[in-house]
Amino acid sequence: MDGFVVRAGFLKETAYFASGEGEIVFSGVGEQKFAPHKGGLLAAEPVKDGKGLVTSGDDGCIYVCAADGSSELVAERPRKWIDLIATGPSGAVAFASGRTAWVRFQDGREKEFAHERAVGGLAFAPKGMRLAVSRYDGATLWWAGTDGAPVEMTWKGAHLGISFSPEGKYLVTAMQENALHGWRLSDNQDMRMTGYPAKVKSFSWSVKGRYLATSGANAAILWPFFGKTGPMGQSPLQLGARSDALVTTVSCHPKEDVVAVGYQDGMIMMCRFADNAEVLLRRPGKGPISSMDWDGEGSRLVFGTEEAEAGIISLQD
Amino acid sequence: MSATQDAQAQIPVTVLTGYLGAGKTTLLNRILTENHGQRYAVIVNEFGEVGIDNDLLVESDEEIFEMNNGCICCTVRGDLIRTVQNLMKRKGAFDAIIVETTGVADPAPVAQTFFMDDDVRASAKLDAVVAVVDARHVLQRLEDTEEAEDQVAFADVILINKTDLVSAEELATVEARIRAINPYAVLHRSERCGVDIAKVLDRGAFDLDRVLSLDPHFLEHGHHEHECGPSCDHDHDHGHGHHHDHEHHHHHHDEDPHSVKSISLKAGDLNPDMFFPWINQVTQVQGPNILRMKGILSFKDDPQRYVIQGVHMIVEGDHQRDWKADEPRESRLVFIGRDLNWDVLKDSFQACAAQ
Repeated sequence: MDGFVVRAGFLKETAYFASGEGEIVFSGVGEQKFAPHKGGLLAAEPVKDGKGLVTSGDDGCIYVCAADGSSELVAERPRKWIDLIATGPSGAVAFASGRTAWVRFQDGREKEFAHERAVGGLAFAPKGMRLAVSRYDGATLWWAGTDGAPVEMTWKGAHLGISFSPEGKYLVTAMQENALHGWRLSDNQDMRMTGYPAKVKSFSWSVKGRYLATSGANAAILWPFFGKTGPMGQSPLQLGARSDALVTTVSCHPKEDVVAVGYQDGMIMMCRFADNAEVLLRRPGKGPISSMDWDGEGSRLVFGTEEAEAGIISLQD
Repeated sequence: MSATQDAQAQIPVTVLTGYLGAGKTTLLNRILTENHGQRYAVIVNEFGEVGIDNDLLVESDEEIFEMNNGCICCTVRGDLIRTVQNLMKRKGAFDAIIVETTGVADPAPVAQTFFMDDDVRASAKLDAVVAVVDARHVLQRLEDTEEAEDQVAFADVILINKTDLVSAEELATVEARIRAINPYAVLHRSERCGVDIAKVLDRGAFDLDRVLSLDPHFLEHGHHEHECGPSCDHDHDHGHGHHHDHEHHHHHHDEDPHSVKSISLKAGDLNPDMFFPWINQVTQVQGPNILRMKGILSFKDDPQRYVIQGVHMIVEGDHQRDWKADEPRESRLVFIGRDLNWDVLKDSFQACAAQ
C-alpha cells in the first residue's frame, strides 16, 4: 500500500485495503487500484450487504466504492474533514465531522443531527434505523428515520469509539481516558471497564456477542457479556499477553471462540478463549497493526499496518 | 512509555497564539508562502476573512476535554487529538504542524494536549508556543484579560508586531511589560510580521548551549525526547481537590498581586532523590498557579544534563547530553505563574542541593 492502512477487510470474497494517502485496493480474482478522494482518506466502512465500501476523506467527500473499481459520490461537505462513518440498514450511511452527524439514506435524502459537543463515534443498532452517537459527556441515541426526541445517555468525559452488542442489549464506548464505558439499554445501568494502560481503539464482538475483545493493553482484554449482568463484577479474559508490546487491533473469529490479536510491533497472533492456546500468524514488521478482519467463513484474515504493510493470511494449509 | 515512540518520527508542532488582529494570520501566511521547502499541516480555529492557501488546512472547533474531575491541569483539546490522529494517517504529506488558536484561547489545554495524550505524544512534539502581540494594543489587552497575560506567559517566542504604529518610548514600555511577565521568552520586533521565519519555527533545534550562557532571555525548552522522567505522573490523584478561583477581578493596579510573575532559581549539583519528590509536590500543590516551568539541571554524579519542563501539573524531563568539560555544572529552574511564593520555592529548592 502507499500509506497508513486505515481499514482492511472483506466484501464477500474480495479483500479490500484503504490507505490514508487515498489509495483503495480490491483484491479478489483480479486486483483493482483507485483513489477517488482528492486528498487523504480518513475512514472506510463496508456497506452492510457487502456490496460496497464507503469511504470518507479530507476533501469532505463520501464515496461508495465497488469491487469493480467504480466509485459513486454520495455526499459532500466542502472543507470538512469527514473522519467518522457508520453503515446502517437499507443502505443508510452515517457520517460526522466536528459536532454534527448526518445520515444519508439510500434514496439520497439526508438528515442532520446536531450535538453540543464533539462527536466521537457513530454506530447503527443491529436492528432498526437507530443511530448511536458517542460525544463529550455521553452518547445520544437517535431514531434516524423519524423526528422523535433522542435518548441521552450521560457519563462525564469524552466518549470516542462506540459499538452495540450484536443482539442490541448493550452500548459500549471507548473513552479519552483509558477506559470503556457501557450502558445496559434495558435500564440504562452504567458499566465501567477500566485498567487499561492505553486508549482502547479497537473492539470486536465474539460469536453471539458473548465477549467483547478490546485493544489498549499488553494482552487482548475480553469482557464477558453473557448472563444477566454482563461484565459487572466479572474479570475479563486476557489473551495473547506479551511483556514487550501493546495490542493495537483485535478481531474476533466469525464462528469460533478465537480472536486475532495485532500488536504494536506488527505481530499477529490467534488466541483461543478456552485455553489461551496461541498461534503465531505474522512476525513483527515495520509498524503497528492498524486494521484486521476475517472473511465470512473465518478461513482468511486481512491485515494492514500504520507503515503501509498489508496482506491476507490464509489458515488453510 | 510506548515502544513506537520515536523522537525522529515526532512531528514538530508550533502553536500560534495572540489576540484577534495581532497578526497571527499574517504570520501564518508568511510562513506558508516563504520558500523554505517545508510542508505544513495547518490547524485553524476558523477560516478567516484572509484566505490561507495551503494543501493541508483543517478547521477545528476548540473542544476542551476535561479529564480527572475537571482540574484545569488536566484539560486537553479534544479536537487537536482528533486532528493530529487524522493527520497521522498521511504522515508522508507534511513535515510540521502549525496550530492557530483563537484570540481568547487559554494556551494551557493546547500545550497540555501534547503531553497528556499518549497517541499525540507518540507522533508529535511541541516545538514552541509563539505569541503574536500588537504593540499598540497589548498593554490594554493585558489590563483587560487574563488570557492575554496567559498567552504572553506561555510563549517561548514572542513577536511584538506593528512596531511601526508606536513610538520608541511606547515600544520600550511594551517590552518592559512583556519582560515583566515572561523574561525567558525570545522577543522579536516586527512590522507586518516581517520576521525571519527561522527565528519562529523549528525552535527545538535552538542551541541549548546558549541557554547556559546565563542570559535568561534565551532559556527555552530544548530539543529532547518527550519521555517520561521519573517525575512524570500522568495519573494525578486530585483527591485533595483544587479550587482554583478564576474570578476575573480586574485590579487596575500596577502591582496586582494576582498578576503573572516569574521566579528563577539557581543551585549547583542537585540530589535527585530530593529534587523529584520536591518538584512533584510543588507541581501537585501549586500546579494551577504554575503556567510554565523550565529548567536545566545538574544531578550529582550524573554525567548528563537533565532538561525539565512543565505546564501546570505536568512535568516532563529527560537527559539531554553530556556536560562539556568547560561548562559550569549548575542547575537553573524557572517558574512563570501567579501567586507563587518566591521565598518558599527558593528555600525548598536549595534544600535539594547535593551535600
